[in-house]
Amino acid sequence: MRLRGVLPRLTTPNACWSCRGPVPAAEPFCPTCKAVQPPGQADHFSRLGFARTFDLDPKLVERRYFELQRKLHPDRFATRSPKERAVSQAQATSLNEAYETLMDPLRRAAYLLKLSGIETIGDGKTVADPALLMEAMEMREALAEARTPAEVDSVVSGARRDAEAATAQLSRDFASEDLEAAKKTTLRLTYLDKLIDDARARRLNVA
Amino acid sequence: MTLLQLHEPGETPLPHEGDQALAVGIDLGTTNSVVAISAHSKPEVLRDADGNGLVPSVVAYTDAGPVVGSAAQARIVDAPETVIFSVKRLMGRGAADVKALAGTLPYKLDAAQGGMVRLLIGEKRLTPVEVSAEILRAVKAQAEQHLGREVTKAVVTVPAYFDDAARLATKDAAKLAGLEVLRLVNEPTAAALAYGLDQAAEGIYAVYDLGGGTFDISILRLEKGVFQVLATGGDASLGGDDFDHAIAEHWLADRKSELGSEPITSGEAKQTLKSARAAKEALTSRDAGDFPVMLRGKTTLHRLTRAELDRLIQPWVDKTIAICRQVVSDARLDLSEIQGVVLVGGSTRVPQVRRAVETFFGKTPLSDIDPDEVVALGAALQAEALTSGSETLLLDVLPLSLGIETMGGLVEKIVDRNTPIPVAKAQEFTTYQDGQAAMLVHVVQGERETVAECRSLARFVLAGIPPMTAGAARIRVTFQVDADGLLTVSASEKTTGIEQRVEVKPSYGLSEEEMARMLEESLEHGREDMERRLLIENRVEGQRVLLALRSALAADASMLDAGEADRIEKARQGLARAIEGDDRDRIKAAVEALEDVARPFAERRMDRAIRAGLAGHSIDEFKGDPGGCLAPDPEEEKS
Repeated sequence: MRLRGVLPRLTTPNACWSCRGPVPAAEPFCPTCKAVQPPGQADHFSRLGFARTFDLDPKLVERRYFELQRKLHPDRFATRSPKERAVSQAQATSLNEAYETLMDPLRRAAYLLKLSGIETIGDGKTVADPALLMEAMEMREALAEARTPAEVDSVVSGARRDAEAATAQLSRDFASEDLEAAKKTTLRLTYLDKLIDDARARRLNVA
Repeated sequence: MTLLQLHEPGETPLPHEGDQALAVGIDLGTTNSVVAISAHSKPEVLRDADGNGLVPSVVAYTDAGPVVGSAAQARIVDAPETVIFSVKRLMGRGAADVKALAGTLPYKLDAAQGGMVRLLIGEKRLTPVEVSAEILRAVKAQAEQHLGREVTKAVVTVPAYFDDAARLATKDAAKLAGLEVLRLVNEPTAAALAYGLDQAAEGIYAVYDLGGGTFDISILRLEKGVFQVLATGGDASLGGDDFDHAIAEHWLADRKSELGSEPITSGEAKQTLKSARAAKEALTSRDAGDFPVMLRGKTTLHRLTRAELDRLIQPWVDKTIAICRQVVSDARLDLSEIQGVVLVGGSTRVPQVRRAVETFFGKTPLSDIDPDEVVALGAALQAEALTSGSETLLLDVLPLSLGIETMGGLVEKIVDRNTPIPVAKAQEFTTYQDGQAAMLVHVVQGERETVAECRSLARFVLAGIPPMTAGAARIRVTFQVDADGLLTVSASEKTTGIEQRVEVKPSYGLSEEEMARMLEESLEHGREDMERRLLIENRVEGQRVLLALRSALAADASMLDAGEADRIEKARQGLARAIEGDDRDRIKAAVEALEDVARPFAERRMDRAIRAGLAGHSIDEFKGDPGGCLAPDPEEEKS
């Protein structure tokens, strides 16, 4: 027999803190007594109802996030018991974390790599790639030398084009399951994002 | 149809008591406070009898007790030393901050003891929390007056840029005033809510909020009922007050060059500031004017033109624009992506401010909703949403990064500013000495890299770390920020599971004992209030009983037995006397006595009425009557 598509996960139901009845894992509400449930251990992708993939539509991520926050945000529980308020806060906290991670291509890539056991941030080896280091230094120099808004703009638009290309590359890296390449591209995108941030700040100051 | 329907006192339904709890929105401002309420998404400012919606955030401590609002303001002339205004600037502040503000606040401060600053008014040493609680009590009373019923729940707004200590101080003040805070909402977010729902706006908007003492700029995305803050920034001590000070100092410098040095009392300073404020307000619609300054009984007139005013306030206006720049950059946006800019706060009436905002954003700013009232209106909408349910969703962010002190007085950031809240972040730290048994955790808030330049929120010691070599212990520090922007920190050593949890309170907050004492005092008042309420309730009940009896006697006095009339009359007089007094137990007992003695009379009247009702009818007629008591209710039997 061949198994196709998504395997139904073998998870034991949790006991509802309120009515003690069974609650399927990752269900935010008890099916019996409707009490809000703690967020549990789900990863960011499954929390927002996605498969683990780099190719996500940000509009869809946002829509799912808003939909869930509408139901789970502490504002919906302001007049409820302290226990329900605490549980909803935990849910909203997990949703925010998932949203922030999945919305940003860089953080999404780093998180996907982390789920595969590959650390990209703070592993002390980020400058081991001489080509990348050289490119980063050149970009920094270009920004430092930019004196007029137009010059800064040109650095920004260059970096943006590169960041878009790096994001497209990441999509290919993950599609072909080349995690080493994905790690390299992720580091490159880290530099580019930082440069764009700095350039944007500088753009406002020279304006 | 029972004649004497006697309630147990305390159970009398007060008007509307059965309704959903009433929740108001309160803008606790530096200069003015406003209270509003919303029903069916239509918010409305609750005004006083004269139609004023703004309650001046001024408190005067008189012999007869605290006075708030314009009555307090009026005392600046006669008893300036008893008057406190702009207390919001001191919320969550400590001795060090006050030094920075020294001279800008014309009242005596006692910062000697460390911790939260105290205001010295006569014999009193007051915390900003207590003074703010007086203002909140006054707006609460105004709302109750207007609505004719008690208000116990509120959404209170705070400047987006308020740090943890100032937020906590605000919440404590509300608690002291007898208000349950449903949520602290950031002022620009509240304003956006009022605009967004009013104008069905969509897209990215900036909210520029310049009040009396605080400046906030928030950038929000509005989409289908979601109000998502993308970035926020500001300055918790920059506002219209600074404009007033600049004008006053300018005039005093003029006088000095004319009349030489003069000592200035705190009362004279307050009056000069008042005059400066009047000048600033006058110059929003005029180009120039002459304004009085009176020191030591001698009044001088000072000319101020619009151009001069613009020059005097320019440094502060520039500062707000620099902050706008930073926040646009933090939101990762270009100016062209911002669809509109909304003006909030009384200080945005100053033409120079409007001009600067318009120039920077390249758009004509929106100010359709009164900038003094828009925040309270938004707060009221949120109060309604929290109590009655709503489709709108406010997603706010942390205004200032949170971190802890590491070696060498440096800050390790744990939660970055502009992270959506609620948020929880954890970080692991380790010991730096062999056998180190305890670790000091110093929590700070701010953007700078050294502890000295950030704000100290709390310190606590994680003790009982088992002896290990340096670097072996795993201490996990978790920061949890709730939807009010308030922080809870916990720390645990992972190999042993030793856990410590602290509510971030200490550095500039009230101590536990102080808060407990203040709450106890306000609860004592609460008990007094409750007593009074019960007394009134008992009186009303007693009067109602007397009235009912009178009607019954008027109709059916002929049914009284011999001697019964005397007994009832005696009990009636007993109750009438009890109502005159202040003893609610006596009233209660008198009501009961009258009820007992009149019961046979009431029963006879009932019997007769039933008999009269039955006469001429067959028993079958009553069988199908769901309200009748002759046949069992089939529905009731089932259940």
